[in-house]
Amino acid sequence: MDVSIQSVRKEFDGFPALHDVSLDIRSGELIALLGPSGSGKTTLLRLIAGLERPTDGAVFFGDEDASHRSVQERNVGFVFQHYALFRHMTVADNIGFGLKVRPGATRPTKAEIRRRASELLDLVQLSGLENRYPSQLSGGQRQRVALARALAIEPRVLLLDEPFGALDAQVRRELRRWLREIHDRTGHTTVFVTHDQEEALELADRVVVMSQGRIEQIGSADEVYDRPNSPFVYGFIGDSSTLPVRVENGQLWLQDRSIGLDASDVPAGPATLYFRPHDIELLEGCGGCIAGTVSASRRVAGTRGVELEVGGARECVEIELPVDFPAGTNGRIAFRPKRWKVFPEGNQDNSRPVEEERHITGLDESELMLAATL
Amino acid sequence: MTTLAAAKGWQFRRPSVIPGFGLTLGFTIAYLTLIILIPLSGVAWRTTELGWAEFWAIATDERTLKALRISFGASLIAAIINVVFGTLVAWVLVRYRFPGRRIVDAAVDLPFALPTAVAGIALASIYAPNGWIGQLLTPLGIKAAFTPLGIVIALVFIGLPFVVRTVQPVMEEIDREVEEAAATLGANRFQTIRRVILPGLAPAVLTGFALAFARAVGEYGSVIFIAGNIPYVSEIAPLLIVIRLEEFNYAGATAIAAIMLIISFSMLFAINLIQAWSRRRYGYGA
Repeated sequence: MDVSIQSVRKEFDGFPALHDVSLDIRSGELIALLGPSGSGKTTLLRLIAGLERPTDGAVFFGDEDASHRSVQERNVGFVFQHYALFRHMTVADNIGFGLKVRPGATRPTKAEIRRRASELLDLVQLSGLENRYPSQLSGGQRQRVALARALAIEPRVLLLDEPFGALDAQVRRELRRWLREIHDRTGHTTVFVTHDQEEALELADRVVVMSQGRIEQIGSADEVYDRPNSPFVYGFIGDSSTLPVRVENGQLWLQDRSIGLDASDVPAGPATLYFRPHDIELLEGCGGCIAGTVSASRRVAGTRGVELEVGGARECVEIELPVDFPAGTNGRIAFRPKRWKVFPEGNQDNSRPVEEERHITGLDESELMLAATL
Repeated sequence: MTTLAAAKGWQFRRPSVIPGFGLTLGFTIAYLTLIILIPLSGVAWRTTELGWAEFWAIATDERTLKALRISFGASLIAAIINVVFGTLVAWVLVRYRFPGRRIVDAAVDLPFALPTAVAGIALASIYAPNGWIGQLLTPLGIKAAFTPLGIVIALVFIGLPFVVRTVQPVMEEIDREVEEAAATLGANRFQTIRRVILPGLAPAVLTGFALAFARAVGEYGSVIFIAGNIPYVSEIAPLLIVIRLEEFNYAGATAIAAIMLIISFSMLFAINLIQAWSRRRYGYGA
C-alpha cells in the first residue's frame, strides 16, 4: 500500500510539532523516521496511524484520502515502544484480539483465530508460548508478540514506534535483523521511528532524517551518510568534526592560513567546515593544511581518536588515526579532509549547501589508514 | 535466589541489606496482638462460656438470623452499587477535566470525615416520608426511610469513598498506549472498555468492593437512624448486639459477634485469595 503524506502540519495547543511535511512511501518499502527527541518523528507516525489528526494537510493510503478515517477504519498495525500488550490476556488472546473484535460478519471463527495466532507465533519464533501471560515473557519476546498482534489484522501499513527502544543492545541487534527478515517475507509497507542512526541505516530502505518538525533529508543509507545536505544531518548521522573557517577568494582559511581546500562556489564570509574524522589525509609538510598539536588521544575499538588543538584560537578538532600511529601528546599533526562540506555561517537551517567534494585517487598513506580504520 | 534458598533449606528470613527486621517484625506482631488479636480472641473466649447447644440456639434464633441476613444482604447490595457507581465516579475524575473537578474530588471523601451519626440523621430526615427526597418517593409507593432500603442507602453513602479511592489511582496508571493499541487493532470504544480496561481494573475494583463491604457490615451509627430498627425487618446485627448488651446478656451478644466475625473473615479471606491469584497470573503490582 502506497502511503502519501501531503503538506501535513500538526500543532498541539498552538505549539507546532510538524511544519508542512510531505513524504511518499512506496508499497513494500521499509522506511525509518530518524531524528532526535522532539523532531516530530513520532507525531508523524501517529498521524499516519490516525492516532492524531493533522491540523492541515492530508494522508493518503493509495488513492484514498484517509485523513478523516478513524484509527479503527485505517487498518494499520502499530507497535509501541513499551509493547502495550494486554496483560490480562494470554499471548494467543493478545494476538487474536484484532480478529475477535471484528463485527460479526467478518469475524473469523474461534478455531480460525486460534490457528492464525499459532501461525503468527511461528512467524515470530515463539511457538509453544500461546498460553503464557505477557508478564511471563522477556522484553524481546513481548515485542515479538506485539508485532504478531499487529500483523494479525493483515494491516495495510505496519508502523513501529521505537520498537527496540526499551531493549538491551544485544537483543536489539538480534531483533533488528529479524524484523528485516519478517519484512522481506511478508512484504508489508513498514515505517518505523528511531533515534538510533545505526538502526535506521542498517534496517531501512530509505531513511527520513527529521529535525524540529521538518524533514531534513530523505535518502538511502549511503545517500544520507555520504552526502548529507545540511549541517544537522552531517552532525546527526555518523561522527563528524567541525571547524569554523572563513571563505575568501574561493579558498578556505583558518584564521590567516589557507587550508588548501577550494571553495569557489561558497559565498565569502565566515563558514563551518564539516568532515568525517576518519576521512582525512595526513600531510608531511604543511603548505595549505590543518595543523595542530595533539591534546588527547584515546583508543576507540579499532581506531585511535585524536583531539587536536588547531590554530591560534586553539579550536578543538577530532580525527581518527590507525591505532599504531605514533600520536603522543603535544605531537604535531598536519592533515586535510578528503571529503568535506562547507556551510556558510548564519545559514544553518534549510540551507541548500554548496556541494564540495573532492576525491583523492591512488593509494597513498592515508588511504591505507582509512582501510585500517574500517 | 529461590534456588539458593532452597539449597540452603528453609530460612525464616532472607539475608537483606535493610536493617531492623527483628525490631519492626516484633513491634508489628506485638501491636497487632494488642490492637486486633486480643480483643477478637476475647469474643471467641466469651463465646465458649456458652455451651454448644446454647450457642446454636442463639445462632439459629429467628431474630439473629434475620438481623444477620439484613446486615450482610444490605452490605452486599450496597457494595455492588458502590462498585458500579464508584468506578464511574473514579472514571469521571481521572479522565475528564472540568471546572469544579477538585471540589467533586474532595466531596468524595466526605463520608470518610463525617461522623456517621450525623450522616444517619441527615439521611433519615431527607428520606423520611416528609423529607426532601422522601416526599418524592412516597407517591411512587416507595418507602425509603425506616425500611431495609434505607439501610442500603446509608451503606452506599458510607462505602462510596472506599471504591473511588482504591480504583482511582489504578485507573490513573492505565497506559494510554494500551487503549491506543486496542484502537489500532480495530476495537471500538465499548470493546476497549469492556475487554481491555475493565479487566485491568478488576483487582482494584475487587479491593474496593471488599473494603466497602467490610465497612458496611460493621457500620452502626448511620444505619440505626434511618433503619427504623424494626425487629425481623430492619434490625441490623450490630444493633442486635447492642440490644443484647443492654439486656446484660453478654454471652448472647458475643455469640452474635462471633458469628459476624467468622462470616466477615471468611469473605475477606476469599477475596484476598482471588486477588493473590489474579496478581500471580497477570503480574499486577509485581
